[in-house]
Amino acid sequence: MSERSVWRQGLAVVAGLALVAAVLAAVLAPVLPLVDPDTVDTPNRLRPPGSPGHALGTDEFGRDLLARLVWGARVSLLAGVATAAASMLVGVVLGVLGGFYTGWVETVVMRLTDVLMAFPYILLAIAIVGGLGPGLRNAMLAIAIVGFPIYTRLVRSLVLSLREREFVEAARALGATDPIILGRHILPHLLSPVIVAFSLDVGFKILATAGLSFLGLGTQPPTADWGSMLATGRQFVILSPHVALLPGLAIFVVVLALNLVGDALRDVLDPRAAVR
Amino acid sequence: MRRYLARRLLLLVPVLVGVSIVIFGVLHLSPGDPAEIMLGSQATKEDLVRLRESLGLNEPLPIQYVHWMGHVVRGDLGRSIWMKRPVLPEVLGRLGATLLLTGTALLLSTAGGLALGVASAAWPRSLLDRLSAVASLFGASMPSFWLGIVLMVIFALWLGWLPASGMYASYGGGGVGDLLSHLILPAVTLAAASITIIARLTRSTMLETLGQDFVRTARAKGVAESGVLLRHGLKNALIPIVTVVGVQAGYLLGGAVLTETVFAWPGVGTLMVQGILARDFPLVQGCVLVVALAFAVINLAVDLLYAWLDPRIRYE
Repeated sequence: MSERSVWRQGLAVVAGLALVAAVLAAVLAPVLPLVDPDTVDTPNRLRPPGSPGHALGTDEFGRDLLARLVWGARVSLLAGVATAAASMLVGVVLGVLGGFYTGWVETVVMRLTDVLMAFPYILLAIAIVGGLGPGLRNAMLAIAIVGFPIYTRLVRSLVLSLREREFVEAARALGATDPIILGRHILPHLLSPVIVAFSLDVGFKILATAGLSFLGLGTQPPTADWGSMLATGRQFVILSPHVALLPGLAIFVVVLALNLVGDALRDVLDPRAAVR
Repeated sequence: MRRYLARRLLLLVPVLVGVSIVIFGVLHLSPGDPAEIMLGSQATKEDLVRLRESLGLNEPLPIQYVHWMGHVVRGDLGRSIWMKRPVLPEVLGRLGATLLLTGTALLLSTAGGLALGVASAAWPRSLLDRLSAVASLFGASMPSFWLGIVLMVIFALWLGWLPASGMYASYGGGGVGDLLSHLILPAVTLAAASITIIARLTRSTMLETLGQDFVRTARAKGVAESGVLLRHGLKNALIPIVTVVGVQAGYLLGGAVLTETVFAWPGVGTLMVQGILARDFPLVQGCVLVVALAFAVINLAVDLLYAWLDPRIRYE
């Protein structure tokens, strides 16, 4: 193993630990010794980090930033995982159908993805939220819809080549039905590339959800979420930059960790792609 | 080339029809009565009836779509409910600012990415190469709107070198210098992630090209190293780079929405977000339609650029 790959794996382990810590903090938020994240304390507003009782300071309503960051992690992480999972499910199903069945199924699936990909993704997400109305659930729905064509394209191209392989032909010759060929002979081959795509997608989805929240189209006050915390903090950036900088730092660290872990997963699961 | 252009232009039509159906559908399939959503809970019955009449909301959806498209192709995007003015002039009035920001960011990311990528390929594993690898990882993980705030805090608030927001100074501004000083921070913010993507791709395709026989031949016959890098290496590595620059152009156009909001840049993005928060469907529809059209035109331009760079593509 080269010096470089040892270094990369070490980095991935550190990133993995950071992720575990973030997930644990998010899951355990209700039992952690934290102040209530929504308790308003106006006399203590915009306190800097290191203030007594507020390790990371307070926001414009005097709410504890550490508590809000931890509770915000629940929303942001869940939103990232849930939207990526939804995109993956829809995308894989459509990709398998579009790749395995020629004719009208393929045409419909591919034209649909073409049209969705004819938009800059964030623009389409914004338009969907525009139709459904602002709110976390609608923002997540929008991001999941916008995100599935990537999986569809990936899976379809894999299925197109798998479909022609000898083992599929052999299974068919032995009388296997379509569901058996798909489930037993094609799906297992999709697992690694889809897992790799998913692991890299979660970070992307966290960024996208935070982006919509930042625009005021996602989480609505008083719920804490990293994107909306950043948006409100922006108004106080002159006096108290930490209110905007801390949630952004949280997003950055978590997405960076996800990308490092995703890269390492790709090295392990899909070595050919890593070389490329 | 002319036949290729004609074919590409024809292919644009179904995509644009699909795009318009998606935009129309998205804003009309939402639960609830659009008239009620737009006017709010305090609207009187008469107001609702009037708005439904004026927007044709009583017709079946396919008819509404045909009506809407009929107006759209004649350049009528409807009236903004919130601003009480026709949508098209409003959107076009903002489009210039968005295109200026996107174009500048594209220029920055292409020039910066190419320079960084060529340098990294010329000296692989050097400090510069390693820094560029780290920067690309950071670029992919950093929320652009956060980077914008960080740059704003450093360069506008702490150092005071550049204005924090807007397009022109409120007092005494208006010149090109004023515009440029306002443009720097948003354009750098928007370009940051793209620079690193273009740099990494340029590096890898350059390294691949530089390993080929014709490059060895060029070196053997005594071509100067700069000539080897630029004329033989970069020129032959251009096709994949143009692809990624094209993808980035679309990404930048979308990302401009967020960057505009950070820096209060008066573009289509800020207008669209205001429209959504005001539940102004015609305005949002108009904004999305115009930006999607710009996106389609950019994609077309990239395809044409390929065909020009690599004549084989035309004959496929």
